[in-house]
Amino acid sequence: MSPENGAVTEGNTQVTKAKLGEVLVDVKDLKMYFPITEGVVIGRVVAEVKAVDGISFHINKGETLGLVGESGCGKTTTGRCILQLEKATAGEIIYEGRDLTKLPQKEMNVVREKIQVIFQDPFSSLNPRMKIGDIIGEPIKVHGIIPDPKERQKRVRELLMLCGLNPKFEDRYPHEMSGGQRQRVGVARALALNPEFIICDEAVSALDVSIQAQVINLLEDLRDEFELTYLFISHDLSVIRHICHRVAVMYLGHIVELAECDELYDNPLHPYTRALLAAVPIPDPTLEAERAHEVVKGEVPSPINPPSGCVFHPRCTLAVDSCSKDVPEFREIKPGHWVACSEV
Amino acid sequence: MATLLEIENLKTQFFTSAGTVRAVDGITYTVDEGETVALVGESGCGKSVSALSILRLIPWPPGKIVEGRITFDGVDLATLSEEEIRQIRGRDIGIVFQEPMTSLNPVLSINEQLSETLITHFGITKQEARAKALSLLEMVGISDPDRRLDQYPHHLSGGMRQRVMVAMALSCEPKLIIADEPTTALDVTIQAQILELMKELTNRLGASMIIITHNLGVVARYADRVNVMYAGKIIESGTAKDIYHNPQHPYTLALLNSIPRMDQPRKDKLDPVEGQPPDLTQLDDGCSFRPRCRFVQEGCAKSFPDLENVSESHFAACFEKGNLVEKTKVDS
Repeated sequence: MSPENGAVTEGNTQVTKAKLGEVLVDVKDLKMYFPITEGVVIGRVVAEVKAVDGISFHINKGETLGLVGESGCGKTTTGRCILQLEKATAGEIIYEGRDLTKLPQKEMNVVREKIQVIFQDPFSSLNPRMKIGDIIGEPIKVHGIIPDPKERQKRVRELLMLCGLNPKFEDRYPHEMSGGQRQRVGVARALALNPEFIICDEAVSALDVSIQAQVINLLEDLRDEFELTYLFISHDLSVIRHICHRVAVMYLGHIVELAECDELYDNPLHPYTRALLAAVPIPDPTLEAERAHEVVKGEVPSPINPPSGCVFHPRCTLAVDSCSKDVPEFREIKPGHWVACSEV
Repeated sequence: MATLLEIENLKTQFFTSAGTVRAVDGITYTVDEGETVALVGESGCGKSVSALSILRLIPWPPGKIVEGRITFDGVDLATLSEEEIRQIRGRDIGIVFQEPMTSLNPVLSINEQLSETLITHFGITKQEARAKALSLLEMVGISDPDRRLDQYPHHLSGGMRQRVMVAMALSCEPKLIIADEPTTALDVTIQAQILELMKELTNRLGASMIIITHNLGVVARYADRVNVMYAGKIIESGTAKDIYHNPQHPYTLALLNSIPRMDQPRKDKLDPVEGQPPDLTQLDDGCSFRPRCRFVQEGCAKSFPDLENVSESHFAACFEKGNLVEKTKVDS
């Protein structure tokens, strides 16, 4: 299966084939190191947290790329770098032909209309002192899209209805709503500027299972209706499998495996991906009784002082001597299936 | 197997300015010796409150056990004095809380926290308690335990803190362990480590476990019997196989259908439970799930269906139990 038609065979995606081939975002060798300083007045840099350490991937138009990994693997930092909320240490983020890391502030503000974000926590990502209508209307006002307040209110109500909320909610405050409703407000706010590309950073992780399915369906409907492209960041492997076309697995600042969704889940090659998939409990007691519960040893090392060579080697079952010395090449083993492991 | 814990018609309510919250509304279940029983449900369904009620950890005001019996090892915990229940907490019943960040005391070293329970319940000296604490840390797989004993919670990772919590819960070799969302805050590989550890240690001690979680996968992997809760009531109860292969309550069915499954082909669309869970201050006499139920009928508004047998081990509180499979076929 080629990457071009991979997306259209799955789900009821309405995206045309012609558009799918185009690359929307191209991330090249992105690095984000956070300095650790000592000293009160003049901070001396004593160490660096290598949150993202040289990752490359691209996202096609209309595609949903999943970014999966455990806490601290750098998936959120990657999203923040694309949004230019962090100034990347090195690397390029090419969005429609332009490198966002080098874009002047003014031009970046224009691009920002096209790139939006939905955050994880629906409790802290909405200003508790603002009414829902103002929260959703603010980006429209700031970007001067609809200057007329009456018209703007109309648009806000439209957006609320689009996200399955009662338009009357515009006069409510966030604390008057449930978690699922708040997350719908977060989605409506992200849609307010008619974006092309939305970064969903753990967008459904804080929700209860029955509500989670509602929001996942909403995100999928919107993707089809507005031909949106998603970068879907999550630690939940079952949700990623459901919603994504391609999936990148991150570990300690590196992408260790990247493939078409079905290929990755049916034929995981990197030992970390395998360990991750084996660790997810499956809601079927009969299957669970038959599964071997091999548990990956140890914990994720500190990104301040990551292991030499392959970052996964201290926990890896396949590790050989050379793994602690040589950084494995991120290579294409099959068309579209990339792995950073010398032993597969 | 002998019954270790028997909960009968337990009702815990919170008296707030917004009205009386019927957090736990008449639940009945048992835990046998050596058995792992799961309480499953979404936030606010009363699963944690029901577990805290067992240990009488409900703060008054505003919360109170208003009715019911909690028979543990022949003793009714609901009638014990504060001093008597303290003898049981930590000794006969251990508890593992969800948040290892907030449930350990940040200003006490690991040694002090582990020793406290041991000294209280066994009256041993500090030196003896330290030696015991050391062996406990070894048992839960913490490397370099001697150094870790003198460290504070902030020195440890989330997974290690949860290991300390497990060590603390097991320190007095309890007969029952209550694990309240023990792995919800942890990463999936660490979750697997902690759950395997708890399973192994409870087996070794022959202890029973009540595991409270919203994760249906965790339940399928570790529980012998499952109680599904909704709005303060147990709406379905049975062995793990009963619940997962033959759900008889519309809520259980809907819950199982709403999660994305890794073991099944990908669906075009998920099948969510529409609507919101009810406000627990506004419950009426009818079934609390009926506004979200696909199988709702006239009788549902009049009275709450009793939890009745579907098979010998399997109970469901629904007028339509036994008919769900057929009805689903007709619908589609």
